[in-house]
Amino acid sequence: MSQLITVSPSPHVFGQQSVKSIMTGVIVALVPAFIMSLFLFGIGALVVTSIAIVSCVLTEYLIQRFILKTANRISDGSAIVTGLLLAFNLPSNLPWWMIITGSVFAIGIGKMVFGGLGNNPFNPALVGRVFMLISFPVQMTSWPLPIASRMHYLDAATGATPLGIVKEGLRNGEVMSAIAQQVPDHMRLFLGYMNGSLGEVSAVALLLGFVWLLYKRIITWHIPVVMIATVFGFTGVLWLIDPLHNASPVFHILTGGVMIGAIFMATDLVTSPMTKTGMVIYALGIGIITVVIRVYGSYPEGVSFAILIMNATVPLINKYIKPGRFGKEVKHG
Amino acid sequence: MSTTFAKGGIHPPENKLSAQSKIRDLQIPASVIIPLSQHLGAPAKPVVNKGDAVKAGQLIAKGDGFVSSNIHASVAGKVSKIEETVDISGYKRPAIFIETSGDEWIETINRDPALITSISLTGQEIIGKIGEMGIVGLGGATFPTQVKLSVPRGKKAEYLIINGVECEPYLTSDHALMLEKGEEIMVGIQILKKALNVEKVIVGIENNKTDAISHLRILAQKYPGTAVTGLKVKYPQGGEKQLIQALVNREVPSGGLPVDVSVVAFNVGTAFAVYEAIQKNNPLFERIVTVTGKSLKQPANFRVRIGTQVSALIEAAGGLPEDTGKIIAGGPMMGKAIASPEVPVMKGSSGILLLPETESKRGEIEPCIRCSKCISVCPMGLEPYLLMPLSQKALFDRLEEEKVMDCMECGSCSYTCPASRPLLDYIRLGKAQVGKIIRSRKKPA
Repeated sequence: MSQLITVSPSPHVFGQQSVKSIMTGVIVALVPAFIMSLFLFGIGALVVTSIAIVSCVLTEYLIQRFILKTANRISDGSAIVTGLLLAFNLPSNLPWWMIITGSVFAIGIGKMVFGGLGNNPFNPALVGRVFMLISFPVQMTSWPLPIASRMHYLDAATGATPLGIVKEGLRNGEVMSAIAQQVPDHMRLFLGYMNGSLGEVSAVALLLGFVWLLYKRIITWHIPVVMIATVFGFTGVLWLIDPLHNASPVFHILTGGVMIGAIFMATDLVTSPMTKTGMVIYALGIGIITVVIRVYGSYPEGVSFAILIMNATVPLINKYIKPGRFGKEVKHG
Repeated sequence: MSTTFAKGGIHPPENKLSAQSKIRDLQIPASVIIPLSQHLGAPAKPVVNKGDAVKAGQLIAKGDGFVSSNIHASVAGKVSKIEETVDISGYKRPAIFIETSGDEWIETINRDPALITSISLTGQEIIGKIGEMGIVGLGGATFPTQVKLSVPRGKKAEYLIINGVECEPYLTSDHALMLEKGEEIMVGIQILKKALNVEKVIVGIENNKTDAISHLRILAQKYPGTAVTGLKVKYPQGGEKQLIQALVNREVPSGGLPVDVSVVAFNVGTAFAVYEAIQKNNPLFERIVTVTGKSLKQPANFRVRIGTQVSALIEAAGGLPEDTGKIIAGGPMMGKAIASPEVPVMKGSSGILLLPETESKRGEIEPCIRCSKCISVCPMGLEPYLLMPLSQKALFDRLEEEKVMDCMECGSCSYTCPASRPLLDYIRLGKAQVGKIIRSRKKPA
């Protein structure tokens, strides 16, 4: 025989999924939300998203090239996902240099300092976002109006988010029935006609992405469903007890970052638990912390913080929550 | 809802290319190489010398110890040498070389194909004879059958499970056997039933072999207590523990044996070999082997004498395709890649698979992205992503705690890993070390 044959241990065949196909799948899942953001926030959405993606990918490339001096892995697409998710969590009128600062922080401090893909304990996009929220509190909480600001970037007219309106109203002693007049109705909230981060507003677009992620078997249902159900259940109880001073559970799951957080941020493979039970505990924690911050905290929104806090518990969850082993122990005499 | 095992599993492309191929007798080779280690346990001891004339079916090596097995000549001829040679395992092991002179079988073998249904031997006699005839588990583990039939004192077998799952992609030897030798298999099952003294028998077959399911179902009507169950197609359902769970919903304990849950399981091929041994006095010296591959001219199922070189099988199936990049003894999930097609077929060889060059190389290893797919597919509920680094760091006590010894090396984790990480390779290394540690602990001080 003249041919050289390969000798390697089994298995000899492999599945189709790769890191790149997973990242591509996530990017595709974000397309509906991106289209909605272009429709609602126009040029601003395009500018902010482009800057975030380019600066995330470039940061990763430069760090790998000049600091780590390793082969560059930007083709796996994970930096693009981080850039997209960071942009989706920003207002569409944010100045370019702030976006670059946040992107460099997200990739540099959120991901590369830990060793790059797979090693970061916290969701890089959220690390970047929270860093920006703390550093640029004014710009990070001025929200362009949907539709009206389509042709504007830095000069977009702004207003408060529905969650902000509710927080402010309750603080001023108003009751929910009065506040409800100032926020869009449930249908508009579901479609995304509200002030907010450019990619988080449209629940329907994000849910489409969720279906895609499930279909492509990139994530399982556990984290999104449990997290959304927890927010719904917790706010539902508060609302039943005191409907005058608490927003309805439907309002809570349709506003702010609950949808994007549950479907795209909390499910980040690297920073979420490994077992199904672990995922349920983690998602439950995120839901509870989100509501606590929204209802009792000083910020109107708490999804980002809730996810980052629960990210910190993931190693502990993985250590103690094990998959059910096959076969109980047998005692050998 | 269709029946299957509870935890993990994957569904690789089935590629049963030779499913419609009838069993054909492979030409008797000019010489055979019969390894003395064809079973789990100690190698057999030769009872013939260089220069001796032997007939097909003649005992040429005797099982050495409790978990060992007799080996018989597969052709008539002259023993040309007894020396070490590389076998399918890749290791050099002793083997008996025979130059073929003809096809004379020992006189005791009944070569009449007529079915014999009545079983004259007692249970104990059956077990003894199965040992003599060199029967081992033909599903791949090659555990001596007489040992499995000897139920330990204090344990009782309640179910006999017959494994016709053939969950490995590409392989069809069991499928072909069930279609063509169904009656013999059924009688073989009755023999095993008698030896074990059990009432209930379940034959498990995956739903991608509906013809075999309906064929055996019809035959089973003649034998009370024998059920044939179709199973949802899922790998590794042919794993003994998975099949037992799928059929009788019992979990074999970690570190335990099927008999701990009152079950004993055999492959359909073993049931056929048992029929041949008990009813026809025919020792195990031939078996059905699938020769397959996408580029192969005629994927086929052959009846092959043990000791025939793999190259002869490939020739008979149309020759080695140009693009061959890997030759695998067994299926693509658990088979062994062999370095040369000159190695001989053994009792445990269920198939020869030729993979093209393009499918022979693994993907580039990427960082673990903690997608947890290895956990979801592990049928034993282990955490391959964790076991791999523990093995790399030689943390053997931690590996033992994490139940590395439960791993049956099905390869579902490596198959699924999107980052192409060599999970099973490192788990194997870890298992070997932990196994050594456990054995040294058991040794009396």
